[in-house]
Amino acid sequence: MEPQIKTLRTEFIETDFLIIGGGTAGCYAALIFCEQADGRVLIAEKANIQRSGCLAAGVNAINAYIVPGKTPQDYVDYARTDADGIVRGDLLLTMAEGLNRTVEKMESLGLTILKDEQGRYVTRGSRNIKINGENIKPILAEAVKEKPQITVLERINVFEYIVEDNRIKGAYAIGVDAPVLYVISAKAVLCATGGAAGLYKPNHPGFSRHKMWYPPFNTGAGYAMGIRAGAEMTTFEMRFIALRCKDTIAPTGTLAQGVGAKQINASGEVYEQKYGLTTSQRVHGTVMENQEGRGPCYLRTIGITPEQDEDLQKAYLNMAPSQTLRWLESGKTPGIQNVEIEGTEPYIVGGHTASGYWVDTNRETTVKGLFAAGDVAGGCPQKYVTGAFAEGEIAARSAAKYMNSTAGTFDRARYEEQKRWLEGFLNCPQASFTTDEVEEAMQAVMDEYAGGIGSHYRFSEKSLNIAAEKIRELEQQAQTLSAGGMQELVYILELQERLTLCKSVIAHLAAREETRWHSFAENVDYPDSSPKWNRYVNSRLEGGRLSILFRPLVQEGETYEH
Amino acid sequence: MSIEIKTKQCIGCGRCCKVCPGSLICLNGGIAEIPHPERCWACVSCVKECPVQAIHMYLGEDMGGLGGRLHVLREGTLLHWTVRKPDGSIRTLTVDSRDSNKY
Repeated sequence: MEPQIKTLRTEFIETDFLIIGGGTAGCYAALIFCEQADGRVLIAEKANIQRSGCLAAGVNAINAYIVPGKTPQDYVDYARTDADGIVRGDLLLTMAEGLNRTVEKMESLGLTILKDEQGRYVTRGSRNIKINGENIKPILAEAVKEKPQITVLERINVFEYIVEDNRIKGAYAIGVDAPVLYVISAKAVLCATGGAAGLYKPNHPGFSRHKMWYPPFNTGAGYAMGIRAGAEMTTFEMRFIALRCKDTIAPTGTLAQGVGAKQINASGEVYEQKYGLTTSQRVHGTVMENQEGRGPCYLRTIGITPEQDEDLQKAYLNMAPSQTLRWLESGKTPGIQNVEIEGTEPYIVGGHTASGYWVDTNRETTVKGLFAAGDVAGGCPQKYVTGAFAEGEIAARSAAKYMNSTAGTFDRARYEEQKRWLEGFLNCPQASFTTDEVEEAMQAVMDEYAGGIGSHYRFSEKSLNIAAEKIRELEQQAQTLSAGGMQELVYILELQERLTLCKSVIAHLAAREETRWHSFAENVDYPDSSPKWNRYVNSRLEGGRLSILFRPLVQEGETYEH
Repeated sequence: MSIEIKTKQCIGCGRCCKVCPGSLICLNGGIAEIPHPERCWACVSCVKECPVQAIHMYLGEDMGGLGGRLHVLREGTLLHWTVRKPDGSIRTLTVDSRDSNKY
């Protein structure tokens, strides 16, 4: 008997404002758009907006807030120092100016924020306020679902933009369950897919491989779609490596800022002053202490009070319950044992570093009508949750203005080509390798030759050349995979997104011939930083080739236009 | 690190299938199942959503897990988190979602 041919049904959907990704930035942008315009909003979400994105488990604090006595410019200065100058001043300032407004809005929606007797927010450090962030995403999702203007289409995976004459017309998606190709037309599109995890071999490559800092379900779809559509992208070489509690990969900030725990080596020496206190220097110091035989490294928590000990256990339940489980099942709570720390594998995430779309001050990408916010938007690091909200707000306002000037029509016949290509994977009887095997091979290549954990985050021109060649080979293999069903087809598309992004990351790492940020971009051929590189490394796919271009720094006060 | 679904307790309501940010849980014969536990992020969204505490989180052995299980019972704004160790001992911590983190 002949095997049955698997086919996809096609559904056409029309909307005014398409938001790809119902996470932090996407949901917030949808709410703001409704305040600005009457058009229909469609959120296309791969999972379910109640818990999708970075905020699934919760968040420990609001880490981007302008506390009394500080100004938005202070926030810009902090982010610029942390990134050693490679930031967009215009983007940081416009984001910083919106931070506190987003907190007020979230409080009005039901977020618990700690206040003093005078009703003022209680601060933690100079940019943070204390909250209970366990339910921050359900609060946001509920507000979205109450708006009749917004339709949320869940369990659909957007994988490619529809662009004509460099103007966005919509996007293609497939069902995660149903064998459907969705052809979505829109007048304006916001990319809010989040950043990318899973490019590099993770801390635990075995069973616990998805126990990582960033959601393993964030595969860099937004970056990959932008790269393929010829959008200009920026600063992929500024990778993000988080310093985390060993094994559980739980946050360390609550220990460092909450109870003042210092980074110490195995001999108990505080080493953090030796290497500097920027995000990348804290990771680098830990790598160096280990490499030079003074590890393992810890956060010194022994000596905290029993009350602090229990409060920490509760605080972690609100954001990373695995750490509380670790403490309680071992009996070695932070007051009894120091918390060991380690660096994660590198991620590409524009909410913490400056990687992502090259946008104008209004958050429009170089593709007309395509906007970006949150982790996919470049040039604007240290966003955290409120910064992603603020960017979502700016992008939604810009999209509302743009909507009036365009219509979403395009040549629909081209969907047939997409359909045949996707059906090829569903009907491929047997492939040489599985999707998981190719993914593992990709992570091994990136780890070994493009500066992963295994190579202490270091790379050279020669190693990057090898990485580029091997990733190209894997990309060929990823075109001949077999999908047993829709979810497996989604996994193939996600793997291809990661491979597309890997190529750009490698090209960017090679292009910046300096070491400006230890660990984040540790180029052994150029171990020092140079003022010559006070500029952005950008890239754009032109005629099938990735071109690198350099752009001068943009300061706050300027309005940048493409 | 992953979750374990107690099939005898599961009532097949499907809430966990819906909430999982990785779309990793499905109903099989009316009972929740995670066919690929190694894909789990351990965000505990499903653990919080389960109305009968049939889903427990654990730390994988490859990351030093000791066999403990964590689940949560929701009671209004209170979340009663319980860790059960392999020796049967139990520890419960209660967090009120109206209270902010102290740190």
